[in-house]
Amino acid sequence: MYFAKEVLESSSKMRKRWEDEVKKLVSKWADQKPEAQWSTVSDLPIKRLYTPDDIKDMDFERDISYPGQYPYTRGNQVTGYRGKYWTFRMFSGMGDAATTNERWHMLLKEGQTGLSTAFDFPTLMGYDTDSPKARGECGKCGVAIDTLEDFLVLTKGIPLDKITTSMTINPPATALWAMYCAAAEIHGIPLNKIGGTIQNDMLKEFIAQKTLMCPPEPSVKLISDTVEFGTLHVPKWNTISISGYHIREAGATAVQELAFTLRDGMEYVEDVLRRKKLDVDSFGPRLSFFFNAHCDFFEEICKMRAARRIWAKAMKERYKSKDERSWWMRFHTQTAGCSLTAQQPYNNVVRTATQALSAVLGGTQSLHTNSLDEVWCLPSDFAVQIALRTQQIIAEETGAATTIDPLAGSYFVEALTNEMEKQAWDYIHKIDDMGGMVAAIEKGFPQLEISDAAYKFQRQIDSAEKIMVGVNKYVSTEKETIPFLEIDDKIELEQIERLAAVRRKRDSKAAMKCLSDLKAACKKGENVMPFCIEAVKALCSVQEICDVYREVYGEYRDPGLY
Amino acid sequence: MEITKKIQGGDIRAASRLIRNLEDRMPEAKLTIKHLFPLTGRAHVIGITGSPGAGKSTLTDGLIDCFRKKGKTVGVLAVDPTSPFTGGAILGDRIRMQRHAEDPGVFVRSLATRGALGGLAKAVGDAIHVMDVLGEDIIIVETVGTGQQEVDIINHSHTVLVVLVPGMGDEIQAIKAGILEIADIFVVNKADREGSSKLSRELMAMLDMAPPSAFQGGWRPSIMKVENAFQPESFNKALDDICNKIEEHYKHLVDKDLIGSRMRRKATVELNEAIRATILEPVLLKLLGSGRMEELIEKVMKKEIDPYTAAEDIAKRNLEGCL
Amino acid sequence: MSDRKLRVMVAKPGLDGHDRGARVLARCFRDAGYEVIYTGCHQTPEQIVSAAVQEDVDLLGLSCLSGAHRYLYPAVTKLLKDKGADDIMVIGGGIIPEQDFQLLYDAGLKAIFVPGATLDTIVTWINTNVKPRA
Repeated sequence: MYFAKEVLESSSKMRKRWEDEVKKLVSKWADQKPEAQWSTVSDLPIKRLYTPDDIKDMDFERDISYPGQYPYTRGNQVTGYRGKYWTFRMFSGMGDAATTNERWHMLLKEGQTGLSTAFDFPTLMGYDTDSPKARGECGKCGVAIDTLEDFLVLTKGIPLDKITTSMTINPPATALWAMYCAAAEIHGIPLNKIGGTIQNDMLKEFIAQKTLMCPPEPSVKLISDTVEFGTLHVPKWNTISISGYHIREAGATAVQELAFTLRDGMEYVEDVLRRKKLDVDSFGPRLSFFFNAHCDFFEEICKMRAARRIWAKAMKERYKSKDERSWWMRFHTQTAGCSLTAQQPYNNVVRTATQALSAVLGGTQSLHTNSLDEVWCLPSDFAVQIALRTQQIIAEETGAATTIDPLAGSYFVEALTNEMEKQAWDYIHKIDDMGGMVAAIEKGFPQLEISDAAYKFQRQIDSAEKIMVGVNKYVSTEKETIPFLEIDDKIELEQIERLAAVRRKRDSKAAMKCLSDLKAACKKGENVMPFCIEAVKALCSVQEICDVYREVYGEYRDPGLY
Repeated sequence: MEITKKIQGGDIRAASRLIRNLEDRMPEAKLTIKHLFPLTGRAHVIGITGSPGAGKSTLTDGLIDCFRKKGKTVGVLAVDPTSPFTGGAILGDRIRMQRHAEDPGVFVRSLATRGALGGLAKAVGDAIHVMDVLGEDIIIVETVGTGQQEVDIINHSHTVLVVLVPGMGDEIQAIKAGILEIADIFVVNKADREGSSKLSRELMAMLDMAPPSAFQGGWRPSIMKVENAFQPESFNKALDDICNKIEEHYKHLVDKDLIGSRMRRKATVELNEAIRATILEPVLLKLLGSGRMEELIEKVMKKEIDPYTAAEDIAKRNLEGCL
Repeated sequence: MSDRKLRVMVAKPGLDGHDRGARVLARCFRDAGYEVIYTGCHQTPEQIVSAAVQEDVDLLGLSCLSGAHRYLYPAVTKLLKDKGADDIMVIGGGIIPEQDFQLLYDAGLKAIFVPGATLDTIVTWINTNVKPRA
């Protein structure tokens, strides 16, 4: 029991008195807000007040503990942010490789401490810029990369052994990671010195973001290949960033984000154990996570605290891991794109600031803050600087980073953390019963749960049961104009020309040989990574590599379930 | 008539507009059907039925591919349910067939049930005629798949595929719903799942117990297996086999001179429908419009008249000339 | 006893898979009493136009969040015109900066909805501006 009996008794008496007074007052109020507004943005009901009663069944050692101690509710690091702030990592990429390289250098100069790559859609989907499917997409929502040549321009002047780079890339992750490895080799940096992350999380693509290529089963196989290759050769690389971000953006509740993301993580662990026969502690420490920081302040903090606790329990108890580094849930956070509004865009700076603060109080290891103009287009230099400064202000001015897990022990925060953990486990067990996440996805379970939540939320916005400032309350007719970044349509032609030049100059025979070797490896079920590295060095393109996968494993199309 | 010519000439836009008008029950659409009717009867109509999630659309998509490889043109009528609350519908079947969207030899049309029971939409029969005249060699009709009584499909098809999935309680459902009696080919889909051999065995046992007279012209329904749709090689092979089996069934109908008896069912249903639409509906409309219906309901409620006498009165007044 | 129903297609051209908006809209349209055809993600303009003609829709709603609307939306309207199907009304939504609006209106789009547009706004717009074919 968390409190002495006497404390609970006196609390109970005092609560009775308080409740009576509240009742008296409330009965006089004519216009009470609708119930939905007394719940979180995800519809978790929230009480007016939390008291010792709400956490009386907690056990300090079991549930809260200390930073750096199981179950890590309070964080993995014993020194919190005093040793090192979270990594200021702004997701960026636009136009061609040279333009993005320029933005990267600007960000590093302004105090960013890690890189994060946004690719354009052809690259994300494993098509080259000259594919008919890629028309109009080149460089629009990220950087266009077709071959290693582009990649070398992208990383020009970046010390790959000193700075860590995150790459948001999923179906073609093997190809892009192979380019990173090849680039390191060309710069004379051994693979065990490079660090970074590839997102490489296909399950959430089927569930939420729909960056699709091959069916679930071979997709997970490719991911297990990268985990194995990383474990053996690139030990400082996070080979999966198990992502809740996109699940949330697709309309999931906070609990669904928590549950589906962690269950995805478990699916990957189980697949590697089954397929690669690796020891769980040989790869467990390199699994990383990625969460959304949405607008409900406390719900987000509690989600992150609960996430660490669930993962620690799962690794220790479910997978019998013995190395505490495997028990740590390390995660990156991005503020919620879907919470930004086109109306009154400067309000987005404020939203992003409070969301970022919740991520810091939730103990994130790395953070991206959205720019105010991202509901309109890719961020301008001006907007991205405010977003970066937002992190720096939180770190340097607010004192939020001074004390570790400052909200621990709060009746509310602990109770909500417990509740979210409980609801997440319920989902996890339900998916276990379906036969795991791949089976659940084939049934459409997580997709439909998210669809329902998204529709319900939109209805709540329409009826103003839930409030979005500037959208359904405090609406202003005055127009605010902000500067927009423009991506020139002509870079598509330039990129197509660059790709054609690479194809002209490369040794075609050698390139084709690499692709047929890769194909043979796929058919035999060998690890594809060594073959990918050879292929990118021979200047095979992203699409050429992905076409091999599509041919051998088949193509997966969105089943569009309702 | 111009529209008939357009459709005969393969004008998809004219055909889809006509199907729309038939769904919306526009009077001029009925007129067009009169012109089209003598030109119909060419296409091989295939019905696909089975419970929700059985994978009907994915199979249809695969079959389109097989028939296209054989050089046949394909029309698809995919039926989805209308929401009884709002009258709206999400027609999502074509998502799984969109890869054929650019193929001029494939015409996919989604229909909503609009309150029709039996797994089809009212306009399906006429829509088949339209696709037939348009020149589709193969017309695949995919039923709603609510697991309810979806037996109407047999009235419109030459060959009926019943799709079942192991472990979904499909066996029992299917027997209850009576769809087993209508199958020419059973497809055990997702046959890599647990329970697939049990399902096949049960189907086999059921067929063994059926009297020989149940097999029209001696055709004993085949049981075909399809495994995971995500394994392209085995999936395509299984689909080819089904496609061949479908053609074999059609050939059987032709050889045994059974096409006529199949089409007799369609003619019967269509005539029944037409009588209802031509005779009953105008009368009902008139009664509703004049307020006479309300009066009669009141009278029946007050027991001033019984429903049969009321109906006979109406018949006398309205139908004497006709009968 | 004719009964005209509005038929609406919701389509996602291009490689973008962010289908939250498209899916929410499809459901909202069903609840507004329309018959909704949803084509799923990753469609080419050719696939979309061909489907719109085959389904004889009154309205085509395009959703794209990748920034490729500048190419894809006009490509759709042009193909509709080529097929003599430009009586199908086209509207669009997504991450679309205001500076692109005119380009899209010029290409024939009748309305553009950006993040923050409520479902009611969109349905009201449709009920006012789109009538099922006579």
